[in-house]
Amino acid sequence: MQPQDPPKQTPLHAVHVALGANMTDFAGFSMPLRYTSELAEHHAVRQGAGLFDLSHMGEIVLTGPQAAAALDYALVGNIGKLGHHRARYTMICAPDGGVLDDLIVYRTGEQEYLVVANAANTDVVAAELSARASGFDTEVTDASADHALLAVQGPAAAGLLATLTDADLDNLKYYACLPARVAGHEVLLARTGYTGEDGFELFCAPAAAESLWQALRAAGGPQVPLPAGLASRDSLRLEAGMPLYGHELTRARTPFEAGLGRVVKFDKGDFVGRGALLARKEAGPTETLVGLVARGRRAPRAGYPVVDPASGTPIGTVTSGAPSPTLGQPVAMAYVPVDRSAPVTELAVDVRGRQEPVDVVELPFYRRGA
Amino acid sequence: MVPEELRYTEQHEWVARTGDDTVRVGITDYAQGQLGDVVFVQLPEVGRKVTAGDSLGEVESTKSVSDIYAPLSGEVVAVNEAVVTAPETINEAPYGDGWLVEVRLDDPASVQGLLDAAGYRDKIGEV
Repeated sequence: MQPQDPPKQTPLHAVHVALGANMTDFAGFSMPLRYTSELAEHHAVRQGAGLFDLSHMGEIVLTGPQAAAALDYALVGNIGKLGHHRARYTMICAPDGGVLDDLIVYRTGEQEYLVVANAANTDVVAAELSARASGFDTEVTDASADHALLAVQGPAAAGLLATLTDADLDNLKYYACLPARVAGHEVLLARTGYTGEDGFELFCAPAAAESLWQALRAAGGPQVPLPAGLASRDSLRLEAGMPLYGHELTRARTPFEAGLGRVVKFDKGDFVGRGALLARKEAGPTETLVGLVARGRRAPRAGYPVVDPASGTPIGTVTSGAPSPTLGQPVAMAYVPVDRSAPVTELAVDVRGRQEPVDVVELPFYRRGA
Repeated sequence: MVPEELRYTEQHEWVARTGDDTVRVGITDYAQGQLGDVVFVQLPEVGRKVTAGDSLGEVESTKSVSDIYAPLSGEVVAVNEAVVTAPETINEAPYGDGWLVEVRLDDPASVQGLLDAAGYRDKIGEV
């Protein structure tokens, strides 16, 4: 997309405007940043439920007898082993092992897969999948414009959804999906999310999005589910230790630096990036992603240098950071040398010219039910 | 919301006269809206001499952080400790209880050099 293009609107744009959302341009879309208070939206998801418009995400569909084989070649995960109506977190890497995007692949039929990509990467992922699938008997379609995506996330999400559908939610496990009728609309209902809470993602036709949104809003009280914007989505995923493409995951690093080497499956035959990734696995990464908790109140932010507390020498870089609404203190994720990555190593972050002490901690910062 | 009786800076501070040579300083409604929910405020100590443009402190939200700049030169004579313990006051009442510091000006006439309400509205594109 050209920079001068106006941002695209999701099928729920009018709903956001009517709610008085503070809109922001994100990955070529005009998206709600917050409706009233990102803190209230964050806490609503932790304690009740939040409702998100994620229609900017990309949906790429693969169909055909060799759809799974094509995905096994194109992606780092083992898609051939994915059961019907199951989902898997995976990545698409460049031949040198650099991450092009992180993805969720849903097996929606015997020979049908839905690949969900980050909005900013949809074009790249669709093009790469098409190119990598060229030798396989499968059809690759960028179906992003045919899908709206809503998410209802939080401990109250299942109860809310149960009032709108006959689908067997008790047997819909984490990282599973099924076609369902919700408030009269055909959806793909998936128990996935990006908040660290129980929750659901609902893929539907764009024309159904507004009606579905209103039905979900009306399912609880006036504040449950609370419409939630991208600001709270970001603080929620940060607390949950979930990587964000462009921050923790980039073209310049492999899944092994990100501590996600487990998603790379070498026991499935050839795939793009295999040689480079195997070499990286065997050599071991020299830097790794860690969690940092600040001792003070000033938050490390993306791009700030991680420094040796004694000498002030830069040793790494913060990739995401913010005051954690749930923990009440600043948290961050950062790349640091492997020999400085053990909990609880004391490090420091250069926060706008002043060193702030931080401690390396285990990720995630927040785990539900803890 | 840009109150008529206040003066403003390009960096989104407001300035209100509180005496012959003293002013109260805060951040504008526009600034708090851009920041989002304020969760941390750092203010200078009373007695600090500041020059216009110096950083007076920081206001931090979940999403971002902003420096607070001294709108004018002088000495900090009061800080609003209430916003340090309840930073959300800055969102709730940016021109009222969410004020940040009071400054005794080196030059009381320097207030005239700041933006008036119309000039600040132009700056933020508010009609």
